[in-house]
Amino acid sequence: MAQYSNYILVCGGTGCRASQSELILQNLKEAVRQNGLQESVQVIRTGCFGFCEKGPVVKLIPDNTFYVQVTPEDADDIVNEHLIKGRKVERLLYVNPETNELILDSKHINFYKKQLRIALRNCGFINPENIDEYIARDGYIALGKALTEMTPEEVIKEIMDSGLRGRGGGGFPTGLKWQITRKVQAPQKYVVCNADEGDPGAFMDRSILEGDPHSIVEAMAINGYCTGASKGLVYIRAEYPLAVERLKIAIDQAKDYGFLGDNIFGTDFSFDIQIRYGAGAFVCGEETALIHSMEGLRGEATVKPPFPSESGYKGCPTNVNNVETYANIPVILLKGAKWFSSIGTEKSKGTKVFALAGKVNNVGLIEVPMGTTLREVIFGIGGGIKDGKKFKAVQTGGPSGGCLTEKHLDLPIDYDNLIAAGSMMGSGGMIVMDEDDCMVAMAKFYLDFTVEESCGKCAPCRIGNKRLHEMLQKITSGRGNIEDLDKLRNLAMVIKDTALCGLGQTSPNPVLSTMDNFYDEYLAHVDEQRCPSHQCRELTQYFINPEKCKGCTMCARICPVHAITGSRKVPHTIDSEICIRCGSCIEKCKFDAIYVH
Amino acid sequence: MEKIHLPQSKIKELQAVCKEHDNDSGELINILHAAQEIFGYLPREVQEIVASELHIPVSRVYGVVTFYSFFTMTPKGKYPISVCLGTACYVRGAEKVLDEFQRQLEIKVGETTLDGLFSLDCLRCVGACGLAPVVTIGGKVYGRITPEKVRDILSEYYIREE
Repeated sequence: MAQYSNYILVCGGTGCRASQSELILQNLKEAVRQNGLQESVQVIRTGCFGFCEKGPVVKLIPDNTFYVQVTPEDADDIVNEHLIKGRKVERLLYVNPETNELILDSKHINFYKKQLRIALRNCGFINPENIDEYIARDGYIALGKALTEMTPEEVIKEIMDSGLRGRGGGGFPTGLKWQITRKVQAPQKYVVCNADEGDPGAFMDRSILEGDPHSIVEAMAINGYCTGASKGLVYIRAEYPLAVERLKIAIDQAKDYGFLGDNIFGTDFSFDIQIRYGAGAFVCGEETALIHSMEGLRGEATVKPPFPSESGYKGCPTNVNNVETYANIPVILLKGAKWFSSIGTEKSKGTKVFALAGKVNNVGLIEVPMGTTLREVIFGIGGGIKDGKKFKAVQTGGPSGGCLTEKHLDLPIDYDNLIAAGSMMGSGGMIVMDEDDCMVAMAKFYLDFTVEESCGKCAPCRIGNKRLHEMLQKITSGRGNIEDLDKLRNLAMVIKDTALCGLGQTSPNPVLSTMDNFYDEYLAHVDEQRCPSHQCRELTQYFINPEKCKGCTMCARICPVHAITGSRKVPHTIDSEICIRCGSCIEKCKFDAIYVH
Repeated sequence: MEKIHLPQSKIKELQAVCKEHDNDSGELINILHAAQEIFGYLPREVQEIVASELHIPVSRVYGVVTFYSFFTMTPKGKYPISVCLGTACYVRGAEKVLDEFQRQLEIKVGETTLDGLFSLDCLRCVGACGLAPVVTIGGKVYGRITPEKVRDILSEYYIREE
């Protein structure tokens, strides 16, 4: 590789690309070329930096200057001012929201300072489309070490000793899973990477595949060596075109370099990886459903046992692991089980990646040691709640999890603590909600999702969730009564106990946990026909306070349905029959004259 | 129902795709992805061809097409609009944005406008949660959408059409 003295890293993750990061990259390359710096400055498109809130993000190496919300027009200044004149472009620097201080390099940004990046170690550092950059950061050394210095049993023991548990949600010990698959005798076995990230609001797997696809290729080969499988399959969402493309490039490059194919590292181990596309079905995150989908069938779950490790894809023993689980494997082999197990809590080792989203200041992808508290994540790294509002709850585990509240803020996050608190780790989605979010409507939102995504095979999930949803619909429209709340809880418990697979068994969790933590909100809906957060439309009305209204006509002009009438300089009125409760008028009114009741 | 006439060249293309996959029914989903690329959607006639090429009942193809949300049996508009209803977008007001699109276009989710210009769907998370709420039109991603911005976005396309 050529020796460059400066590197400009441009985030090429989906979020930043949606904000023109490709054009920024082109402009930067052009500016570097125009100034004749192409020998000393390299412009690189990396994977996701994680700080999506402030995207598009551009980072300069070696001084770690971190430019945020960059536009294509800023490219010239970055090259002319920063690289040539040595002056940082101040208007693009990150400002500490608490102190209003300009932060000169990424190491001093709170968002990064409190993270520990293992699974995301290469995301935002390397060009994911260049295998040499992965190798330069110790890539494929773990595979070489496993194949040439260790027996499969030794590798499995190392993974077991590390305490790594499945990051897809279940938390099953990874080493044990590998050992079970290894022990089954069969002429053909498969290892599968589950990249069907269906939890709405979670994007960690996508970011790893986009930012560091080789780590998955390497880990799958190690898995193949340990379990005795010669074929690997990646089951990936078709909705992630960029991740698919980068994974394809990575597989081809690995083949060219001999890390995939026949007789890898001169041993008699041969391994190959193929890609299978999902087609949008949340249930396919469940192992048995995923395998059926790969076989070209409807993604319906089946009863376990037999477990996939005994009889999976095409009836062969199949080991399924999640993307993030795989991303941890090479590091564990290089740094050792002892190092890995020194991080985290007693029963949950290592780190966990979370997709922090919702009403939090710093939306993005973060990785913290297991045992970090929710407070640290939401207020330390996440920078607190948007617009200075009050924290209400955080949903972990997506539609399968539950909400955690104020009283859980100091809870160390690990698999067992979250389950004890009525939620779960899940794949790592973390949606923050503030005082404006109605928890009954939130439960209904998740049920909407489960009803849509139920595969329909078992009655508790197919019919039960539909009935749950209808009851919630009734309650949020003000037609519910107190008996409905008992019925709701009973039915939720029955579904939890009787559904066939993980999707059905966990689908009532959002209902149960919001009932446990926010029963008073449910009561307000059924007893007083009132939505305390003013979110349930059928229960709210908009009014204009004639004493505050100056008759500026702003609201009347912005109203999409022309529900507001009134002459200039005369207080306006809202026609409730026409009003769709979109809230546009409230946002526009400069005099705080519009209120919801 | 009236039969749709499929162009012969596209049928040939589809048959070639099936052959590439060894007419293996285990490859059904990959083949349907390709078929949707070719035809834009998967009407009954396309499903019949796939079934006969793979030697499986049409009911099995239909079962798979209707199971997965990525596959559609109705043609999309020239500019397919998808409003993200992932949780992050939802808590930042995606529902109101969706309502506004329905109101302005006078169609419901899953429908296409009479002039064939726009179709409206929701999707679950494109993973650009930092830009929530997010709307995609064709390949273009629009971030931080509010109901007030809907009209401007649509007129962008109406102007292009004129």
